[in-house]
Amino acid sequence: MGAGHSHGTGSVSDGLFVHRHTVVHRLPAETKLVSLVVFVLVVVSTPREQVWAFGAFAVVLAVVVALARLRPGLVLRRMVIEVPFLVFALLLPFVALGERIDLGPVSVSAPGLLGAFNIVAKGTLGVVAAIVLSATTRPRDLVLGLQRLRVPTLLVTIISFMIRYLDVIVDDMRRMRVAREARGFEARHIGHIPVLARSAGALFVRSYERGERVYLAMVSRGFNGALPMLRARVTVAADWAGAAVLPATAGVIAVVAHSLGDLTAVTLGS
Amino acid sequence: MHVPDGFLNVSTSIATGVVSIGVVGYALRRVRAEMTEAAAPLAGLTAAFVFAVQMLNFPVGIGTSGHLMGGALAAALVGPWMAVIVVAVVLAVQALLFADGGITALGSNVLLIGIVTVAVGYAVSRLVVAALPRRALSAAPAAAIGALISVPAAALVFVGLYAVGGATELPLDRLAQYMLGWHTLIGVGEAVITGLTVAAVAATRPDLVHLARGARRTLVVTAPDGTTSTVTSSRSEDVRPATPRVGRRTAAIALVVSLALAGIVSGFASANPDGLEYVAESLGFIDEAQDSAVAGGPLSDYGLRGIDNPYLSTGLAGVIGVLVVVGLGILIARLSLRASDPDPDPEVERIDSSV
Repeated sequence: MGAGHSHGTGSVSDGLFVHRHTVVHRLPAETKLVSLVVFVLVVVSTPREQVWAFGAFAVVLAVVVALARLRPGLVLRRMVIEVPFLVFALLLPFVALGERIDLGPVSVSAPGLLGAFNIVAKGTLGVVAAIVLSATTRPRDLVLGLQRLRVPTLLVTIISFMIRYLDVIVDDMRRMRVAREARGFEARHIGHIPVLARSAGALFVRSYERGERVYLAMVSRGFNGALPMLRARVTVAADWAGAAVLPATAGVIAVVAHSLGDLTAVTLGS
Repeated sequence: MHVPDGFLNVSTSIATGVVSIGVVGYALRRVRAEMTEAAAPLAGLTAAFVFAVQMLNFPVGIGTSGHLMGGALAAALVGPWMAVIVVAVVLAVQALLFADGGITALGSNVLLIGIVTVAVGYAVSRLVVAALPRRALSAAPAAAIGALISVPAAALVFVGLYAVGGATELPLDRLAQYMLGWHTLIGVGEAVITGLTVAAVAATRPDLVHLARGARRTLVVTAPDGTTSTVTSSRSEDVRPATPRVGRRTAAIALVVSLALAGIVSGFASANPDGLEYVAESLGFIDEAQDSAVAGGPLSDYGLRGIDNPYLSTGLAGVIGVLVVVGLGILIARLSLRASDPDPDPEVERIDSSV
């Protein structure tokens, strides 16, 4: 449960997409997806003691944000999604095990402090990288990218149906809310939960029945289980090379960080 | 509730990713065998519903509100296999389109929110529904109790994952206490909303509630002249085609590869301490770390006691580990197959049209 989701205004099924004409927007979705996953893996595997490395990752990512011409304010606003975990991170220094150090009036755990930094740094870099992907890639291109990455056809088809009908279902829900409010209802306390649950039940029946109607309509038009996908353009080696710049740079930073870490360990050991 | 990047280490994230891909892949096979090409639109629309219903804020008092997670609800409405797919799709779309939930943590999130809540929620619901009268509305309390238990169960599995691959050492008992306490509260909310929602669906379209399928009754029609004819309830369990099987060859190859990895490759894996141990050592608190309860066991520290050759010892431990896991898997599969046999005793509904 926790805080409620809010996914901005406008069309829900557009995700976080921001329309621009930049080199990041033009890259095919599958290259950006692979690039994102490798980048985050590299960040997560970097030893946390090398604090500078995370600064370097942030600079590299900031360059990509600038290349994609995304406003910093926009990225910051969308980072709100991590706030619950920042709370957890802030608690870490107080509850983690290990050597205690004095920080002003309170005593905190040294590894806990490092752990809090670890979560904040890696979590933030991961969220910003994911924001860059979702802000520069249209949902339907993302589906196409998944298909080109050989994700099972059934799964890709389910995802594309979900994205296609998301706005319809959310609109259905909005109409029910308008209808409730037109009758003077506003959910204020626990006693109102049954009313909302009945709305949720009705929403399920409507969604499922819509699925049945969509299926029958599609079968009568020759649907055989897979949606035909048109290739917008062919992905060439240059696209992969372009998308590889981000994880490759991060990889160099991580290798340096790892070897510096080993060096420190040797020095400490001798 | 979503795990972000950097919470669990890389090897744990990859391991949970592999498990999740396996389970979702199997669920896809089951669903395709059961409903052929209708699977895609129905699962897609259900996923859109789960996504939308998570945006519905329920008041929980003192000006705060919470939303549904939906694993147990989806399992009660569309059945466990489709529910796993639906929740996994929702999580993937949230991570890729809305940057919600970590990218490398997607496997862990699918395992916790998709697989564990659905499996626990559905198993508990089936047990409860078996004890209740055979009516469609019995699905509502059953789904509620399933939801109630599924949320703390997922929290416990998270604590387990954290114990294996947590990024920072925490006192596990306190983490477990905190997670269990908090998620028991969340589970109560989840249970109330899930039960009421299932009740609302069961009241209008009981045929859409997967959990209420056993409640469909045989119809007996008595004609004016006293002759009776029966219409048996068509339960989808009865028309379900044979369960798809993993081919013997595939299974054999998978077993050999696992055994080879565990038995041979593990011996050559890095002998250096892993990240956590390294941090612990370099910061000088490894002495404070307590070994787990099985530390004195025969397989502790991934080696066999009494065998001096380190490669042989680690390799054998790996092989035994793989065999134990495979054995447990087969046992669980057998038990769950037995549990899902259709109940041979449907009640009969009689309609007398002679008056």
